[in-house]
Amino acid sequence: MKHITTFELFLLLTVLKIAVVLVITLTAVAYTVLLERKVLGRMQNRWGPSRVGPFGLLQPLADGIKLFLKEDLMPLSVERPLFVIAPVIALGCALTSIAVVPFGAQTMVGGVDLFQIADINIGLLVILGVTSIGVYGIALSGWSSNNKYSLFGSLRATAQVISYELALGLSLVGVVLRAQSLSLRDIVNSQGAHGMRSWNIFGGFQFVAFFIYLMAAYAETNRSPFDLPEAESELVAGYHTEYSSMKFAMFFMAEYANMITVACVATLLFFGGASSPFGHIFDHLFATGIIHAILPVLWFVFKIFAFLLLYIWVRATLPRFRYDQLMGFGWKFLLPVAMVNILATALALSYHG
Amino acid sequence: MQIALFIIFGLLAVAGALNLLFQRHPINSALSLIVVMMSLAVLYFSLGAEFLAAAQVIVYAGAIMVLFLFVVMLLNAGEEERTHGSKSAYIAGVPGAAAVFCLLSFVFLKNKAALGTTQLGGYLNNAVSNLTDISHSLFTNLLLPFEVTSILILVAILGAVVLARKEL
Repeated sequence: MKHITTFELFLLLTVLKIAVVLVITLTAVAYTVLLERKVLGRMQNRWGPSRVGPFGLLQPLADGIKLFLKEDLMPLSVERPLFVIAPVIALGCALTSIAVVPFGAQTMVGGVDLFQIADINIGLLVILGVTSIGVYGIALSGWSSNNKYSLFGSLRATAQVISYELALGLSLVGVVLRAQSLSLRDIVNSQGAHGMRSWNIFGGFQFVAFFIYLMAAYAETNRSPFDLPEAESELVAGYHTEYSSMKFAMFFMAEYANMITVACVATLLFFGGASSPFGHIFDHLFATGIIHAILPVLWFVFKIFAFLLLYIWVRATLPRFRYDQLMGFGWKFLLPVAMVNILATALALSYHG
Repeated sequence: MQIALFIIFGLLAVAGALNLLFQRHPINSALSLIVVMMSLAVLYFSLGAEFLAAAQVIVYAGAIMVLFLFVVMLLNAGEEERTHGSKSAYIAGVPGAAAVFCLLSFVFLKNKAALGTTQLGGYLNNAVSNLTDISHSLFTNLLLPFEVTSILILVAILGAVVLARKEL
């Protein structure tokens, strides 16, 4: 290690981390699609994809090849630069927010944390900011397509995302009050003391905030039951009606990457991040070397997986909202409840300590 | 590092601002404004004001400009028409802008010694957090202006609701 300076080591490890996380996230996105199709199929009493590879496991590969080789149509009357840049914005923002997520326990190698790309002290705000920039992808795609269904889809999506962003942001304030920090690492550490009992959702009495966050996040990612922007029965396909081939695939990947980000944030803020639900009880059995570093990552992946299953389960179960119901629910129910939750948390914290 | 960031994003901000003026379509102008705001956020970040940077991105780029864009899309505003502008704008505008620029640079240069210097690094590695400082001064010394501002915003929201009601 004498040949390279600390800065070079930092740069090298950071680039490596970014590459690894990017590859893993994109693979996870592809397999989330497969998971959704499989589970949705079983819930509707059919098989789902089962022909490509064992149990249909190579289906994402086949889908990827199909999307790559499809003709990239460019309708004549689109606003060309914006039409091309919109899916890039959507996917870029969806992938950027993973950068501040801590995937495992703090493991320093050469002064660099292995399981987190960047530990910045406003990590939570970065995630919120990047998500709010992601709206432009949807808004611009609908407008630049020059198609009334696309425009309606993107107007709906924009209005929905702006409205639910408030409830989403406010639902996280209680957690921030408890952790007294906006750094995701600190928030996770504040829940790591006694396993499940000190997680924010159980020990922190933030279950109201959690359910507000969950509902607002489903609306933010335009997922069912809030998938009005792409309501097939009314709007053809919503904002990506005019897109084909890889540009469509980018929107598709952005949606699933956003799902994973939402699952990450929910895990970090309410379910103790990468910490074990049993606390330190079994530490003397596993506290050796590499297992000690790997085990938290496995817990994290398990929690993310549970959230993704919940997403799919909700999609298979609930019908779509009507638009006025959606707006009323967001503004008249979620927002006031989130504010009451902030007040209650603040009062409880000032009373106890 | 900081100088490089400043040059890149300062130039980007200036280019965005110029593009905002020269673009004929409102959507392109709005997008240029977003570029300006994001570059400003990066500049704030590099100065160690990370909360200000995040607030800039979330509030201005993420909320206000989305509303701008939303309105432009909804009204489907066409290309702007070029006029030569009013004469008074030419007579008063250019010297006025020059005067403001001179005044600002004079004030900043004169008080250069009093302005602190800052560097990239330390602030972002949890060494110092200016979040605590901001919240302390906001909720102790500046509590009255803060509350007055929130009441002002509340009044503005109520006013907007009342005005919109009349139209229905």
